[in-house]
Amino acid sequence: MNEKKIIELKGVSKSFDGELILDNIDLKIYEKEFMTLLGPSGCGKTTTLRIIAGFVTPDCGELLFDGEKINDVPPYKRSVNTVFQKYALFPHLNVYENIAFALRLKKTPEEEIYERVEEMLTMVNLRGFEKRDVNLLSGGQQQRVAIARALINKPRVLLLDEPLGALDLKLRKDMQNELKNIQRKTGITFIYVTHDQEEALSMSDTVVVMANGKIQQIGSPTDIYNEPENAFVADFIGESNIIDGVMLDDFKVRFSGHEFVCLDKGFGKSEPVDVVVRPEDVDVVPVEKGMLSGIVDSVTFKGVHYEIIVTINKFKWMIQSTDYVAPGQKIGIYVEPDAIHIMKKSEFSGMFGDYSSFSDELEHLSDVTEEEE
Amino acid sequence: MNKKSLIQKAAASPHIVWSVLFIVAPLIFVMYYAFTDKDGNFTFGNFTELFQASYLEIFMRSVCFAFLATVICLVIAYPIAYFISRAKPKTQKILIMLIMLPMWMNFLIRTYSWMALMEDTGIINSFLGIFGIEPIHMINTAGAVIVGMVYNYLPYMIIPIHSVLSKVDGRLLEAAADLGSNPLTVITKVVFPLSIPGIISGITMVFVPSISTFYISQKLGGGNFDLIGDTIERQFQTAYNYNLGASMSFVLMLLIIISMTIMNKYADDDGGVII
Repeated sequence: MNEKKIIELKGVSKSFDGELILDNIDLKIYEKEFMTLLGPSGCGKTTTLRIIAGFVTPDCGELLFDGEKINDVPPYKRSVNTVFQKYALFPHLNVYENIAFALRLKKTPEEEIYERVEEMLTMVNLRGFEKRDVNLLSGGQQQRVAIARALINKPRVLLLDEPLGALDLKLRKDMQNELKNIQRKTGITFIYVTHDQEEALSMSDTVVVMANGKIQQIGSPTDIYNEPENAFVADFIGESNIIDGVMLDDFKVRFSGHEFVCLDKGFGKSEPVDVVVRPEDVDVVPVEKGMLSGIVDSVTFKGVHYEIIVTINKFKWMIQSTDYVAPGQKIGIYVEPDAIHIMKKSEFSGMFGDYSSFSDELEHLSDVTEEEE
Repeated sequence: MNKKSLIQKAAASPHIVWSVLFIVAPLIFVMYYAFTDKDGNFTFGNFTELFQASYLEIFMRSVCFAFLATVICLVIAYPIAYFISRAKPKTQKILIMLIMLPMWMNFLIRTYSWMALMEDTGIINSFLGIFGIEPIHMINTAGAVIVGMVYNYLPYMIIPIHSVLSKVDGRLLEAAADLGSNPLTVITKVVFPLSIPGIISGITMVFVPSISTFYISQKLGGGNFDLIGDTIERQFQTAYNYNLGASMSFVLMLLIIISMTIMNKYADDDGGVII
């Protein structure tokens, strides 16, 4: 990846009506990068995007573009363009005129407008739609028009605010691929806002996980998944069992009344920690061969695997296994050293990780209603 | 299904009765009087009488005054409607109420107040006198009549424009700015085109009452500027020539229908026009 910084946020904070939405954000965005701001509703990701677009002025801190401070540059003078949530297409203009909007403002000659609009339409697979009324297009088509409209200006950076939020699952997947292709082809830096962790993991070069107005972790999708920084990240990205533990020594951790070998070091002796074990990394074994054992609470068939909830030492673990076990059965579990990830205690410790109240689905449903900040 | 539709018909009947009594019947009377003479015989005589220079002048003047009043209303109302629509919802409600407030007062009283304001020795001139400025002659001029019309019908221009502008999605304005529109082009390229339906209904709501207005010109124009409305009133109230009055009303209706058709052409598919 190109290592040239294009945008940098330094100590940026923002409050609305006395409520701190962004708390001292530091963020570097590099050229040709696909960066995703990921987090639940109200975490500040949209505000961050709007600061970069110029619709929100930070209370303090600096926003740098190519090393130059642009805090007070109005949106129309910035070389970034935005694909808005719900698209915000101009209802009084047809597809062609919507896409041509930016060029018309610059008084581009008519032939050049035509050429570039056609080029954009080809890119988003909408040739032949020039004269269509944007109000009569499907969600996916409106989405494409919005992307073409934002890209025609050849921006250095494209900002995307939950662009796929209003599409159904199948179309989302298709558009994810398409967006990724467009980004590769054009080499434009994408800053993408979403609350959908799967989307973030599958599309991004860099994922920025945000919560409570702070950046929790910045890293590649694999880093974020395999080496979560704290309980929030571990819980938000994928499924995880997060258990209270004590670091006995380097490579040695104690939790659930058992001592485990792990690959983590550099913690203080007897330091309390959060231990993450991903459900797919737990092996179900006969009781006598298990490091821990417990009674199966429930089993749900998920297609690829069974989702098993087991109570071990009053803690409900989630295990994903291709082998069926019956509810009420006593099973043993086995955890390899590389399946254990140790995290420092944080403000989020104890808030997540137990599967006794299984409310993920509900949370996701409420996430669909857009973020109003 | 049948029963339900009977109930529906029954529910609609008061409305139908109302329409027949107060809309259809008066129209028939107007037509009847317009096309008959004093003895009830069919004639075009009432219309040929209207072709006298004096009546043509009245028609021309009415159209001119109404047109001017409408244009002035639009120029004043648009910025007001725009700024109101950018305010917080609560403030918007208060401002709109203030705009409507004068309409709670009787139309005649409002017109008399303007007389008091604009007379040669009226409030405005007395005020100017304090600074030693010579009195300005305002009352009984064409300007005074138009001021009266603008004042009376301005809210009807502001309200439809505001209602369209307040529904313009703020994200569209952001999208325009994002694509390179400065604050001025945001208005000319996005806000204004989107508000055309409101402008058209505003124009309709000001032009129609302006062209048929009476009383304003009698009071503020001192009887020097006869308008159609005043002339019709005189035919019915003073001259007792119902036939001529009805034929004028008929021509006025035609004028309004023609202007609305022209407006409709500009409204194209949005259909925000009220006739």
